[in-house]
Amino acid sequence: MRALVAMSGGVDSSVAAALMLEQGYDVIGVTLKQWEGADGSMPTAGCCTLSDAEDARRVAAQLDIPYYVLDYVEEFTKAVVEPFAAGYLNGLTPNPCIECNRMVRFSALLERTEALGCDVLVTGHHARVVEDGDLYRLAKAVDATKDQSYVLHMLDQYALSKIRLPVGEMTKTEVRARAGQLGLRTASKPDSQDICFVASGDYRDFLSERHPRAGAPGEVLDMNGNVIGEHAGTAGFTIGQRKGLGVAVGSPRYVLDIEPTKQTITIGTYEDLLTTRCVVTEMSFTDRAPGVGDRVGVKVRYRSEPVDADIVAVGDRWEFTFVEPQPRPAPGQSLVMYVGEFVLGGGIIIDDRSSVTAVL
Amino acid sequence: MTIYLDHAATTTIRPVALEALDDAYARFDRNASGLHAEAREAKNALEDARERAASLLGTERPHDIIFTGSGTESDNLAVIGASLASEGKVIAVSAIEHKAVLKAAESLTRFGYTVDTIPVSSSGVVPVGHAVSGEEPQLAVISVMEANNEIGTIQPVREIAEAARLSYPGVVVHTDAVQAFNSHEVTLEATGADLVSLASHKFGGPKGVGLLAVAPGVPVEPVIHGGSQEAGRRAGTYNVAGIVAMVAAMEAAASDRAGFCERTRAERDALESAIVAGFPGATVTARRADRLPHISHIRFPGVLAENLLIRLDMAGIAAAAGSACQSGAVDPSHVLSAIGFTDEATGECIRFSFGWDTNQGVGWRAARTVLDVLSEL
Repeated sequence: MRALVAMSGGVDSSVAAALMLEQGYDVIGVTLKQWEGADGSMPTAGCCTLSDAEDARRVAAQLDIPYYVLDYVEEFTKAVVEPFAAGYLNGLTPNPCIECNRMVRFSALLERTEALGCDVLVTGHHARVVEDGDLYRLAKAVDATKDQSYVLHMLDQYALSKIRLPVGEMTKTEVRARAGQLGLRTASKPDSQDICFVASGDYRDFLSERHPRAGAPGEVLDMNGNVIGEHAGTAGFTIGQRKGLGVAVGSPRYVLDIEPTKQTITIGTYEDLLTTRCVVTEMSFTDRAPGVGDRVGVKVRYRSEPVDADIVAVGDRWEFTFVEPQPRPAPGQSLVMYVGEFVLGGGIIIDDRSSVTAVL
Repeated sequence: MTIYLDHAATTTIRPVALEALDDAYARFDRNASGLHAEAREAKNALEDARERAASLLGTERPHDIIFTGSGTESDNLAVIGASLASEGKVIAVSAIEHKAVLKAAESLTRFGYTVDTIPVSSSGVVPVGHAVSGEEPQLAVISVMEANNEIGTIQPVREIAEAARLSYPGVVVHTDAVQAFNSHEVTLEATGADLVSLASHKFGGPKGVGLLAVAPGVPVEPVIHGGSQEAGRRAGTYNVAGIVAMVAAMEAAASDRAGFCERTRAERDALESAIVAGFPGATVTARRADRLPHISHIRFPGVLAENLLIRLDMAGIAAAAGSACQSGAVDPSHVLSAIGFTDEATGECIRFSFGWDTNQGVGWRAARTVLDVLSEL
């Protein structure tokens, strides 16, 4: 059996490669070149940089496995970077990691896995694939603090049958300890936090460099439409954002609404932000789809715990009712459904104006 | 056992070169510019090597040879050095030059030079008598390679040089002969060029050394500044051992040209005919053009070259596609775009290249493995 391991140059995928070797696989390491500067070179800041690829190459050499860099710049630019910029410019809060997993890693690279004669695709994600009868189920990672099942919710049965996530069975501490035992150079390398193609770490710099409109100033409104301040571009805001609003009104204020065409943002109190409704499109399912009336746990942003919601409508648009009112989810983010530790699937949250009025 | 078919990237060091390298480090590992006896010994070995290199390149003047650190450096010195020394502000380069020439020329555009790119035919040959665009262009340098490193096509450098000198008096003609030295007589006379670049490791010398042959009276400004080595045209402590070993490899290569051509052509032809017969639609790039005997460039329609290369690597065949970028990913080839390949076709091509030590039967054995791998795709 042969395994293709996507090696980012981080500790998780380094250990994943080592674990597959221990399991008796023939292992091939690859790094995806996803992003490049104007001269075609790999970025030197951010993550997925040239030095990350070097780390991956050195780990592969240490493990004595073949290693290649595969060029996915075109796919990544089209499927991830451009929609990311367009999303923010349209008042959305996109999640590029999810699009990368959907369009690049677990589609283009999965096809590549077969073309290269490999049986499984391995990544260093913290999540688990659990075989349950003839089903493959996606489950949360053993290390709850590192769980990445949210960004993998688009995996279907075929993908789940072809991928292996060996470090999902370990805590991060165990992963680092293992890397240390193996003497891997990435053992104490810090976790990457940033969006890989945003070198400065601030996506707003990235947007305004490419799209002057992203930095166009506009007005900050209260819920009655009164102008109460100014902002430096709607693309810098996310629904529910509290910090950096540039408005002092005594008590905390939150972004309730972003209107890129009018270049306004509307802010209000935490109570104003609450809603019970969430509308989602482009749903996909890891196995069987739930139905109307089912109660599921839903996670509407990466760093939050699932909350209970009832499915009230299905079809092109899925509608969820939160059991307890929640801060309004940001359109563009993904809603992911959980039952216990298992992921059922998810989709992309859309702007649904009626939900605002309903709560107002 | 790996079948190494990437000799155009770098070839096996020749035993005489390895011996010369060891011997040089053992006997005169001193700074050849010093005043003492050991330095004189090193300097003597260096100048002996220079005389032999000059003689191989068809000149009686040893100081027509500038030793450099690589073929790339030789190309940079030629293109930049001759442009800086010229009144002209236009540099003409063929579209299929090595990046060392293209990027060197491009680097001068920031300083008021313009680069005129000479298009090539679909068979990968640079036309003779290219008219440089612009009003009364003052051509400083024209650079056309002896033979292309990806598709192997041999260029009419001599004719191009004659035509260029007629139209643009004072032009300096440079040729990158890095891939041609194994199989073709490369002298200033034979190429018709004013400047000839060579890279040691392409003909079985060590890496990290090259040379530029300069015709008498052709001014070249240094691009690496410092000490007065190489008559002030290339600073830096002499790599005596590397130079001596390179020249040993040059001599071995020059005396083996007929054999090299015969051996590599036989293996290449065997590989090409077996692949063309065994894989429907496979085509040899520029098959009818005058080509180097040791380079075979083949398109496999419907097959992603990157996948094929990886699978060949796993099956024990070392080949190449395009050129590796800094990260190691395969960059699309500017050479193939220049001869009219679509992006799709560009991504379906593999280069197999043979060397002085390629054994008999390798071409056929490699083809069999390639066809096996293709059948699994």
